[in-house]
Amino acid sequence: MKPAAFDYFAPGTVDEALGLLADYGGDAKPLAGGQSLVPTMNFRLAQPAVLVDLNGIEELFFIREEEGGLRCGAMTRQRSVERSALVQRISPLLHEAMPHIAHSQIRNRGTIGGSLAHADPAAELPVLAVALDARMYVRSVTDARWVSARDFYMGLFATAMLPEEMLVEVAFPTLPSGSGWAFDEVARQHGNYAMCGAAAVVGLDGRRVVERARLVFLSVGEGPVEAEQAAALLVGEQPNAEAIRAAAETAATQDIDPVGDIHAGPAFRRHLARVIAERVLTRACERAAGTEGQ
Amino acid sequence: MDQTISVRVNDRSYDRSVEPRLLLSDFLRHELELTGTHVGCEHGVCGACTVLLDGVAVRSCLLFAVQADGRDVSTVEGLDGGTQALHPIQHGFWERHGLQCGFCTPGILMSLVPFLQENPNPTEEEIRDLLSGNICRCTGYQKIVEAVQLGARLIQEKSA
Ligand SMILES: Cc1cc2nc3c(=O)[nH]c(=O)nc-3n(C[C@H](O)[C@H](O)[C@H](O)COP(=O)(O)OP(=O)(O)OC[C@H]3O[C@@H](n4cnc5c(N)ncnc54)[C@H](O)[C@@H]3O)c2cc1C
Ligand code: FES
Ligand code: FES
Repeated sequence: MKPAAFDYFAPGTVDEALGLLADYGGDAKPLAGGQSLVPTMNFRLAQPAVLVDLNGIEELFFIREEEGGLRCGAMTRQRSVERSALVQRISPLLHEAMPHIAHSQIRNRGTIGGSLAHADPAAELPVLAVALDARMYVRSVTDARWVSARDFYMGLFATAMLPEEMLVEVAFPTLPSGSGWAFDEVARQHGNYAMCGAAAVVGLDGRRVVERARLVFLSVGEGPVEAEQAAALLVGEQPNAEAIRAAAETAATQDIDPVGDIHAGPAFRRHLARVIAERVLTRACERAAGTEGQ
Repeated sequence: MDQTISVRVNDRSYDRSVEPRLLLSDFLRHELELTGTHVGCEHGVCGACTVLLDGVAVRSCLLFAVQADGRDVSTVEGLDGGTQALHPIQHGFWERHGLQCGFCTPGILMSLVPFLQENPNPTEEEIRDLLSGNICRCTGYQKIVEAVQLGARLIQEKSA
């Protein structure tokens, strides 16, 4: 239960950090909040030879509005995102979902970039990034590129980043007007990783017909899982209870193929997926139509 | 390779030479002999090791001591502010039997200090939400909730 020895660097700038990652290649790992990395090091599941601590890099801590969207530096603490009035205004879905991530003591330290980079299939942030069409700004010493959330996630704990690359910033575009959104999940205890969860984003046209829909699940696959058939079924429909129920049913039976673990078997996960999908789609449609709470 | 660090713990400065892999929890317990910070799981789940880093409640088992270089750490030993008297929150736990074996208590107390500063009048739901980050295997939590409620009241009476 103690980490293996490693060399420790605490660079003060992104350029220095990228230089270290380039020098040490796959032997080095960035250390963000440490809330996922350090447990795996304590268990010796991970034994990086070099840690590049990002906590002293001030330029990675920010939340700002840019080009009408939200920009967060990779090291922005999850707690800061949760409490930001700017996030609440520009990205209310992100705001709604943040308290579901772990416990406050974990969010005090855990970062938005660390969670996005870790790509845990049970994590909320990767699902939100896909639901909101977020883009990741990834840099190395020689290269800088924007990667869409959909292309970023490549399976179990796997992303499009190379070992010498680092996530620097994430951009969440503002939702177009006429959009509704919702997030929900079911966990045994608040703050634990959820057995199933989903984010929904729905757009209605002038006639109040669904013109866009996206439904993304956590904990039912190897990463964020988009329910594409369910979304397609909803487009062109009036957002009534019947259409939503049919979409939720399709999501749970056609779009996902969950495996079981000690927390929940596949049948239970499908059941949760159907119930959660119905809830988030209903709330998202109500918000899009401006009838929430009526 | 050892690194030299300088950490303020409960308003006292300590200079030590440590291996980078030394956890802050082990630094506090083994190097400084401040054994009030408990270690239950070493993967962030139980909350027993919670301390304040620059006033913010964090898991000391998920931080390396080198990361506390130049920073302020507060542990349960400093709660009395050097007075040898119980902190009002501790008084609440004493009065309402908020502990049995006491293993979880230091982590809960340290989580509560900033929580009650920000939120002097928490609802039961807010208290339970905060406590979700601390596992207690003895009390069943009910007495802890009552202890927090009393502690909150005592803090307010003290500052009134
Ligand atoms: C008890 C407990 C409960 C939790 N519950 C939940 C939960 O319900 N939902 C949830 O989503 N998470 C949960 N977490 C995990 C938590 O959200 C972590 O903070 C998060 O997964 C990782 O973020 P971090 O900043 O701590 O990253 P770290 O742990 O420091 O890093 C994680 C990984 O990402 C890499 N990395 C970090 N930053 C970058 C970067 N900028 N560029 C490239 N690679 C990078 C690291 O090298 C490492 O491999 C829980 C953790 C604990 C301890
Ligand atoms: S010992 Fe740190 S959370 Fe359990
Ligand atoms: S009092 Fe024994 S674990 Fe809480």
